Amino acid sequence: MKETKSGADPLTGQKWKKPPFIASPWLRYGLLVAVVVYLYWTFNTLPFNWDRIAEGLPRAARIFGGAFPPSFERGELMWTGFKESFQIAFLATLLGVILSIPIALMAAKNLAPLPIYLLGRGLIILSRSFHPVIVAILFVAAVGFGPLAGILTLILYSIGFVAKLLAEKVEEIDWGQMEAMRAAGAGFFKTLIYAVFPQILPRQIGLSMYQLDSNLRASAVVGIVGAGGIGSTLMNAFGRYDYDFAFAILILIVGVILVSEGISGWVRKKIW
Amino acid sequence: MLEISNLVKRYGSDAPVLKGLDLVVEGNTVVSVVGASGAGKSTMLRCINRLVEPTSGSIQLNGRELVNLRGANLRHARRKIGMVFQGFNLIDRLTVMENVLAGRLGYVSLYQAMTRKFPQTDIDRAFHLMDRVGIAHYANKRADELSGGERQRVGVVRALMQEPEILLADEPTASLDPKTSEQIMVLLQSLASELSLPVLINIHNVSQARTYTDRIVGLRNGQMIFDGTPGEFNQEALDAIYGGIEAPDETGGEEQPTEEAQTP
Repeated sequence: MKETKSGADPLTGQKWKKPPFIASPWLRYGLLVAVVVYLYWTFNTLPFNWDRIAEGLPRAARIFGGAFPPSFERGELMWTGFKESFQIAFLATLLGVILSIPIALMAAKNLAPLPIYLLGRGLIILSRSFHPVIVAILFVAAVGFGPLAGILTLILYSIGFVAKLLAEKVEEIDWGQMEAMRAAGAGFFKTLIYAVFPQILPRQIGLSMYQLDSNLRASAVVGIVGAGGIGSTLMNAFGRYDYDFAFAILILIVGVILVSEGISGWVRKKIW
Repeated sequence: MLEISNLVKRYGSDAPVLKGLDLVVEGNTVVSVVGASGAGKSTMLRCINRLVEPTSGSIQLNGRELVNLRGANLRHARRKIGMVFQGFNLIDRLTVMENVLAGRLGYVSLYQAMTRKFPQTDIDRAFHLMDRVGIAHYANKRADELSGGERQRVGVVRALMQEPEILLADEPTASLDPKTSEQIMVLLQSLASELSLPVLINIHNVSQARTYTDRIVGLRNGQMIFDGTPGEFNQEALDAIYGGIEAPDETGGEEQPTEEAQTP
């Protein structure tokens, strides 16, 4: 009693350590061993040809050397390519976002009956399952080289992203507003317009801005496989060993992405 | 006249929430429904406008059977039943006027609803009612900029825009401070007599129920155990409705501080 009064807590001799993240020691060390073994196996089976890598290094140096200083001489070509990229991105965003709305509503568990919900989710999963470059290769094969393939690719890409996130937002809406509209005798579409759309509108605008930004970036990538835009210009420059021009294009892409990210970030902050 | 007879509501296979409820509301009486949480007050109210599907029983409003209505018939019946909610349930991002006009959604076409081209008679009615409750100057303000009491006034006006034959209020004052909630109760009481509208109010505040309503109905475990005037609603009735309920909410919480206050 007197010891506690003096302020010093009695020594209990008990030790404490933070419990391990994985409780079972077998699993804990087993996982570690498995990762190390797999890494070792990977390095031994992947065909790294060190000689060729060594040969490639001076080539890489030559390319980068050739890229300096970047040449903005053919600015007109760059401008045409960029203009096309922006057109592709803009059209794809517009159409993608418009198509995303019904798909998002279909894929919202609180609104759609089960078969419709599964269909909506299926469409989203389908449009998300391939990287835009793979989709672009398919569309280039289907509709030929040029911007149409790029637009179709990015529409699909936009649906996969926007519809998914929008559906999640629809599932989070305040149900009380739905109830109030239904209590007033409003049918499904009127309820949608009054109780759902105002609640998802800020998210919708934010997603559209983000998607425009993202599509602009992706349009440069899908251009490389022949879907038009600045990516095609870049690919041609590489094909003709115009590394200084290619480097100029890369700088332009970085600049444009920075600007568009700044704008879309600012817009998204302004709405709530 | 609202006639509920033998109303049963069971969620899934659980014990029924409402066990054969009978209730008749006539004329323009203001009826308060009291009972502990889970007694079935909210379920009863929502069965009337079919936000909740009754399991069995009958609900008639002015001779029209509401149970088993579907589609357009259900929507037409709902137009005649105004509802005021505890959480107001306004469309936060729309203006006060749009919220008020939303009460007309059952009457206008989809195109009119979408473009907000409501008939002039609706707009006149909206301004008239908003003026009556003192919110006309907020017409173009966003609903979420208003205070709680103002928001509930918007909720009341929206319900009245429906030209309802009955007004349901599901704990309309539970989210409001005491003074504002008195004002809303006064408003509901006076609107009921002005518009000769029967009003059914779920309420937790027993003293407000006594003061502002003509008749008190007490529910417990899905059954009506009290039905009478505020004068008849005595301690015995209060104990019967709230007594012996496990959570010692108000009584337990209030006694302790007073004891503490007395000791020093």
